[in-house]
Amino acid sequence: MIEVINVSKWFGERQALKNISFKVEKGEILGFLGPNGAGKTTTMRILTGFFPPSSGTVKIAGEDITKNPIFAKQKLGYLPENNPLYDEMTVEAYLKFVASVKGIKGKKQKMQVEKVIEECGIKEVKNRLIKRLSKGYRQRVGLAQALVNDPEILILDEPTIGLDPKQIYEIRQLIKNLAGEKTVILSTHILPEVSMVCTRVVIINKGEVVAEDTPDNLTAKRGQIEILVKAPAEEIENHFKSIPEIEGIEVKKENEFTRAFLRFSPQIEIRPFIVKTIVEKGWDLLELIPRRASLEEVFVQLVTEEAS
Amino acid sequence: MRNIWILLKKEWYGYFTSPIVYTVLFIFLLLSGYFFASNVAYFSLMSIQATQWWGGEFNLVEWVIEPLLGNMSIVLLLLLPLLTMRLFAEERRHGTMELLLSYPISDIELVLGKFFGCISVYILMLILTFIYPLLLFWVGRSDLGPFFTGYLGLLLMGSAFIALGVFISSLTENQIIAAALTFGLLLLFWIINWAAYLTEPPLSKIFEGISLITHFRNFTKGIIDTADIVFYLTFILFGLFLTLRSLEIHRKRS
Repeated sequence: MIEVINVSKWFGERQALKNISFKVEKGEILGFLGPNGAGKTTTMRILTGFFPPSSGTVKIAGEDITKNPIFAKQKLGYLPENNPLYDEMTVEAYLKFVASVKGIKGKKQKMQVEKVIEECGIKEVKNRLIKRLSKGYRQRVGLAQALVNDPEILILDEPTIGLDPKQIYEIRQLIKNLAGEKTVILSTHILPEVSMVCTRVVIINKGEVVAEDTPDNLTAKRGQIEILVKAPAEEIENHFKSIPEIEGIEVKKENEFTRAFLRFSPQIEIRPFIVKTIVEKGWDLLELIPRRASLEEVFVQLVTEEAS
Repeated sequence: MRNIWILLKKEWYGYFTSPIVYTVLFIFLLLSGYFFASNVAYFSLMSIQATQWWGGEFNLVEWVIEPLLGNMSIVLLLLLPLLTMRLFAEERRHGTMELLLSYPISDIELVLGKFFGCISVYILMLILTFIYPLLLFWVGRSDLGPFFTGYLGLLLMGSAFIALGVFISSLTENQIIAAALTFGLLLLFWIINWAAYLTEPPLSKIFEGISLITHFRNFTKGIIDTADIVFYLTFILFGLFLTLRSLEIHRKRS
C-alpha cells in the first residue's frame, strides 16, 4: 500500500532523512517510532505531500506521489502533529468543508459527516466553535477530519498526545478497530501504545531506519535469560563470560544457588546452548526463564547504540 | 472548478467570522460616503455661483464622479492589503497549511480559491457603494456611463491589488509584514509615473505604462481602452503566477 524507497531529505546543509526505505502492507497498523528530531514528522510530511523528498520515491497504492499527487491524496487521511484546525469554524461546518474538499458530496457527505461525528464522540460539541473546544475534543475533531473521506490510508502523528487516560483508551480502540480494513501509520512516543495497537514497528533514529519488525519479535530478540543453577557464582560468571555470543552477565548468590542474568545478541537462539553447557558442566539447573525486554528497553538500546 | 468554489466559500467563512472585514467595510463605506457628500456639496455650491455669474453649468461627471472614484481608489489602496494579508500568512502561522496541502487539491485551485474569495468580498464592498450613483441618477441629470466604466476600472484595479496581496501573503507567516509590504509595493506602482516626468521618452514611457493609476484615469472619464484592461489582467495573472511559484519554492525549501 505504501512504499518508501531510498528517500532522503535535506534541509539546507542538514540531512533529515538518510536513504530510508520501508513498506506498509494493506491492513497493517505500523508504529513509527523514534526520538524527537529523528525524522518522523519529516517522513509523514513527505507521505502527505507537504513537501517532496530530495531524492528517492514514495508510492501510494502503486502510484508515485510526486507524479500523481491528487490520486495519492484522495486515499489519505492525515492528522498532523499539532492538530491545526480552523478555530473560527464550528465542528460540523469544518467537517463539511473537509469532506467536500476531499470530494465527498451531497447525501454521501451528510452521511459521512454524521458517521465520523458519531465514531469520534463529538456529537455534543458539533455546533460549537473549534476554538472553544478542550484539547481532547480538538484531537477528536482532528481525527474526524482525517476519517471523513473514509480513507484507505491513515497517517496519524501522535494522535493521543494531551488526552486523558479514558480518551487515550477510546482513541486507541478506534484505531484498533480500523485494523484490517485500513492501512495506518501511527507515530507516537508512548511505547505501550505501540505494543497494544501496532502490528509492526519501524524505529528511526537520526534519519535512518534502525529496526523494522513486529513488536513481539523486537522484544523477544532483545530479551535476556534468567537461570538458577546450583554452582559457585564465580565459576558460572567466568564460564559464560568466555562465550562470545553472551554480551553480558550478572550473577547473584542465593544460598548455595546462583541466579544469573544473561544478555546476548538478538540474532541467535541461545537457550539450547545454555542448557547444554550447564549439563556438560554437571551443574543442576533449577530454573530457566526467558525474560522479554520491554519495548522501552529495546527502543533505548537501539537509539543509544546508534549514537555510540 | 468545484474545488475553487469550495475554497472560496471557506474564505468567506474565514472573512466573516473575523472582525477585520467588518472594520474594513465600515471604514470604506464611511470614507466613500464622506467623499461623495462633500463632492456633491462642493459641486452644488460651485454650480450656483456659476449660474449667477456666467449662466453656464458644471459637469456632474467631472465634479463628482471622477474625484469620488479617485478618492475611493486611494482608500482601497490602504484597505485591500488588510483583506489579503491573512490569506496564506494565517494558514502558515496556524499550521493549517500542512493539512490543506494534504487534501486532493491542486496549487492552482488553492490560489484561485483564495484569490476569488477575496475578490468576492471586494465586490460586496463595491456593491454597497452603488447607492451613490443611484442617488445621483435619481435626483439629477446624470450620465451613468462613467459610473459603470468607473466601477469596472475599480474592479480591475482592485483585483490587481488583491493579486499582488495574495502573492505577498504567500511569502510570510506574519500578517502585519504582508500588509505593510503589499501597501508599500502598491503605492510604489501607483506613483511610479512621477518618475516619468523626470526621465526621457523610452524610460518615461515605461514608468508611465506600469503605473497603476495612469490606467485607471480613462475609466473614470467613461472611456474603456483595451490597453488598460490588458494591463490590469496581465498584472493579475503575473501576481497569481508568482504566488504559484512561491508555493512551489516554499515546498522545496521548507
